[in-house]
Amino acid sequence: MSEHITTLTDATFDEVVNASSAPVVVDFWAEWCGPCKMIAPILDEIAIEQGDAVRITKLNVDENPAVAQRFGVMSIPTILVFRDGELDKKIVGAKGKTQLIEEMGL
Amino acid sequence: MTTNIDTNPVHDVLILGSGPAGLTAAIYAARASLKPLVLEGEPSSTGDQPGGQLMLTTEVENYPGFPDGGITGPELMTRFRDQAMDFGAVLRTEKASRVDFSQRPFRVWVGDPEAPQPTYSAHSIIISTGATAMLLNLENESRLMGHGVSACATCDGFFFRDHDIAVVGGGDTALEEATFLTKFAKSVTVIHRRDELRASKFMQDRAFANDKITFLWDTVVEDVLGQDAVEGLQVRNVKTDKVTELPVTGLFVAIGHRPATLLFADQLKTDAVGYLITDGKSTRTSIEGVFACGDVQDATYRQAITAAGSGCSAAIDAERWLEANDH
Repeated sequence: MSEHITTLTDATFDEVVNASSAPVVVDFWAEWCGPCKMIAPILDEIAIEQGDAVRITKLNVDENPAVAQRFGVMSIPTILVFRDGELDKKIVGAKGKTQLIEEMGL
Repeated sequence: MTTNIDTNPVHDVLILGSGPAGLTAAIYAARASLKPLVLEGEPSSTGDQPGGQLMLTTEVENYPGFPDGGITGPELMTRFRDQAMDFGAVLRTEKASRVDFSQRPFRVWVGDPEAPQPTYSAHSIIISTGATAMLLNLENESRLMGHGVSACATCDGFFFRDHDIAVVGGGDTALEEATFLTKFAKSVTVIHRRDELRASKFMQDRAFANDKITFLWDTVVEDVLGQDAVEGLQVRNVKTDKVTELPVTGLFVAIGHRPATLLFADQLKTDAVGYLITDGKSTRTSIEGVFACGDVQDATYRQAITAAGSGCSAAIDAERWLEANDH
């Protein structure tokens, strides 16, 4: 997996989201989800392009159901964007790069 | 992911779409040294995406060559893609926004369709944009998408463990999804507008034998109920006109597909539904040098293997046409 993307778990989620001064993008995904795989390389590109301006993370819903449940994630891929620890954006379903960047407010 | 104007002057073959048809065409065209450029599409959760509809399926049990339980759709498409790239096909995660087949070389835009210059030009075009899943087109269906309404059973089934859910549709896809969803759900109600199924006998037998699946015949969904998440469906029996509420927390729509031909409809001949019309057994469309393969031109079979087969035909047709036209 990419070095530009942080892997979150149920245990580390709050710490990472609350500690970041940059917006945190959380990609909820799972191994069995085809569209999730399609957006993974796009998030990687965004992470490289945006550098420290944003922190891109991913969370495997299969292994970490608690966070997914907490935020009512019922479809993957779902992307949540947190700013100052608060949920700011929820994007459901796979999209192209331009649209993703726009909807994430980056 | 660049949308800049292509520095490569004119491509021999430009392929639109990357399901089994487009990638098979890419494999054959690449092996014929035509260096095909594939605009594989952009990610979405509707089947209109790189890899096509198979990206939304689990096990593909009827694609030849994969005994012992088959292969998953995404894995199969990853292999198609790798194989195309092994032979030198160039893939871009882009989607055409406009095409102009009125002059040669043909012109294709990505991004701003009003841009004065096209993004790409090509001597021949292979259209394999496939088909996209239809939705019910209800206001509350789109509002609750991702909150109980799902376009992808394989992606989202996991979230419906021990829920009572519904699948709308009567074809193979509907029964496949219903059967798959019983792995998670407490019950699955299949809602179908008629009193018999379109699905193959194999899929029907499998669904009828599944204790968790029940059928609601002659019924249509009129509304999706719930504030923040799906709480039920308003359904109507089309024979008695009786309206009832079905208490389910999940809705999966599998009512069929529509060919993705909007981009071409004013330039190429289509049938009444929108499928591209090809000439006889060939993949030739109504414009010389433009070929079509896969579900975008096939209202009859619509299988991964038939799409792949027609993709092969399209690459061969394009190669012969290029030769005949001194490209």
